[in-house]
Amino acid sequence: MSATTTDESATRPEETASGRPGGTFLGKSTRRWLLLGIGLALALSLPWFIYPPIALDIACWALFAVALDLLLGYAGLLSFGHAAFWGGSAYVTGLVAIKMGLPFPLAVLAGMLFAMALAAPIGFMSAKRSGIYFAMVTLAFGQMLYFVVNQWRDLTGGENGLQGVPINFFGIEAIEDEPFYFYYAALPLILLGMWFAWRVVHSPFGRVLVATRDNPARARALGYNVEKYRVMVFVLSAGLAGLAGGIFALGHGFVSLQEVAWQTSGKVVLVTVLGGIGTLWGAIIGAAIIVLLEDFLASAGFDGIGIITGAVFIVVVLLFRSGVWGTVANWVARRSGKKVETDAIGAADSEQGL
Amino acid sequence: MNSFLQYTVQGLAAGSFYALAALGLAIIFGVLGVVNFAHGACYMLGAIVAARLQDLIGLDFWLALIVVPILMFIFGVAIERLLVSRLIQLDPLYNFLLTFGLTLLLVDLVKRQYGVSGLPYARPEILSGQFSVGDVRLPVFQVFVFVFSLLVCAAVWLLMTRTRIGMIVRASTEKPDLTRSLGVDVGRWVTPVFGFGIALAGLAGVLASPFRAITADMGSNFIIILFAVVVIGGLGSIVGAVVAGFLVGLVEAFGQAYAPQLSQIMIFMLMAAVILWRPAGLFGREETA
Repeated sequence: MSATTTDESATRPEETASGRPGGTFLGKSTRRWLLLGIGLALALSLPWFIYPPIALDIACWALFAVALDLLLGYAGLLSFGHAAFWGGSAYVTGLVAIKMGLPFPLAVLAGMLFAMALAAPIGFMSAKRSGIYFAMVTLAFGQMLYFVVNQWRDLTGGENGLQGVPINFFGIEAIEDEPFYFYYAALPLILLGMWFAWRVVHSPFGRVLVATRDNPARARALGYNVEKYRVMVFVLSAGLAGLAGGIFALGHGFVSLQEVAWQTSGKVVLVTVLGGIGTLWGAIIGAAIIVLLEDFLASAGFDGIGIITGAVFIVVVLLFRSGVWGTVANWVARRSGKKVETDAIGAADSEQGL
Repeated sequence: MNSFLQYTVQGLAAGSFYALAALGLAIIFGVLGVVNFAHGACYMLGAIVAARLQDLIGLDFWLALIVVPILMFIFGVAIERLLVSRLIQLDPLYNFLLTFGLTLLLVDLVKRQYGVSGLPYARPEILSGQFSVGDVRLPVFQVFVFVFSLLVCAAVWLLMTRTRIGMIVRASTEKPDLTRSLGVDVGRWVTPVFGFGIALAGLAGVLASPFRAITADMGSNFIIILFAVVVIGGLGSIVGAVVAGFLVGLVEAFGQAYAPQLSQIMIFMLMAAVILWRPAGLFGREETA
């Protein structure tokens, strides 16, 4: 995206190839499996020490942020309209669950497909530009869905939202009625989404994405259709956001207009930037921090949440641009004597932290 | 035909707010390369400050048109010095994110202070009524808003094209390095330009205050439409921002008149059409992305 990124990407392969294997800290693959183990253990034990609906919120927002990071961290595209896919899927999932009574994974699948179908034309138009233009165009298109949902009251309930979204699962009451068990029923879908994102990042497709991010002109010269890759990753990212949004809707039992508002798009960007751009683990940590912080503020009766989240955003962007995960990873890297990257957008190492 | 003229005036009045604010956004983008997400919040602040000053010291609308933009200029200078300048060397997306955070902060601060219901604002007597052109009755205020903003846009245009300051600003927009090597201190102009852009957003807010509900959220929708305006006009194009501002106002007014449910959506349809037809915007220059 910028001149500096190309320089860094040029030095990067050499750096990883010369392979100080892990430095002072375990080997790379050992570290990866260890992290994965800790992550899974945390995901499985979360509802035991956190109120289960909040645990589900964290899981949904984590997948949402992973979806956004797929786009921002690996394709270098900042989407400010992802609420359209998260919220759009939430509405479709809710409607399918209410009107057709399908088992919940099928309702979520319907929402996900809707999000991807919606993302195709938006991605096609937005991908004509990158950088700041992309952010503004996706923001405006995302807001379009907000107006549609707000106007189409008969179907969506307008400002009242979509009430009474049921969880249907073959009449198994524990899952249908208790948030604690629904968490475990929904978790496999969330983990599947995250695994998919990880696969995309570590596939040849993912490598091409990084190339289109670091040097679109060179990628084009090598014969890759940059716009096509951007649209494809946009649709995949929207699908994952839709998966997260659909589960979120079921977990809450209703869908509010807030889910398609641009503030939600902004929130997922905040979660991703806070956790660390270009690190899928960071997105998960960011989600945990923001959901817990908002829950804490709301239960403390503080009504100006934006004051805190806005201030957090400003501080992170000014001082910790590589996010929580990136800052810690850099600290570890510095201790083992490696070169540290500071500019996170478009320059994050796709291998970092995974 | 009568209603056609009425809707046109209404659209041009609504477009005046977009045009003024988009002009500020375009100038800031031109010189700093920053898209100011907080522009909608600054528009809101302009209206809030005007309403509060009227309440506290009885500042009338005409004085507010001068005083509030000056205050907003100072606010803009402070924001630029304290925050924006620290990220100016980095990818412009960082300042986009920074000003997004600032928006959340400002909106919720105002909401906490003044609640969600609107602040009252007394409309000046002289602007209240209607006047007749032939057999068409037009609200005085709408005509005033349109003429006033047109004058401001023309003044800014003259400032940019006919004065030395404007020449320097345009030169630093187009060829910063070349301008610098000719001995112009480009950095010196960055802060006042940012302040000036914010002042224009504040001015739009003051102008809107007798006309719209003054709430913390009045900028939330405004900023999205504003982005559509600059995408339609071409980001960084001063003429494009103004023309697209009025165009979007007209689309909105006619949409509300003939297809009220679609009026907002039509703006985005227009944006989509422009993106497909001319990706750089109506007045934007094609760049190699």
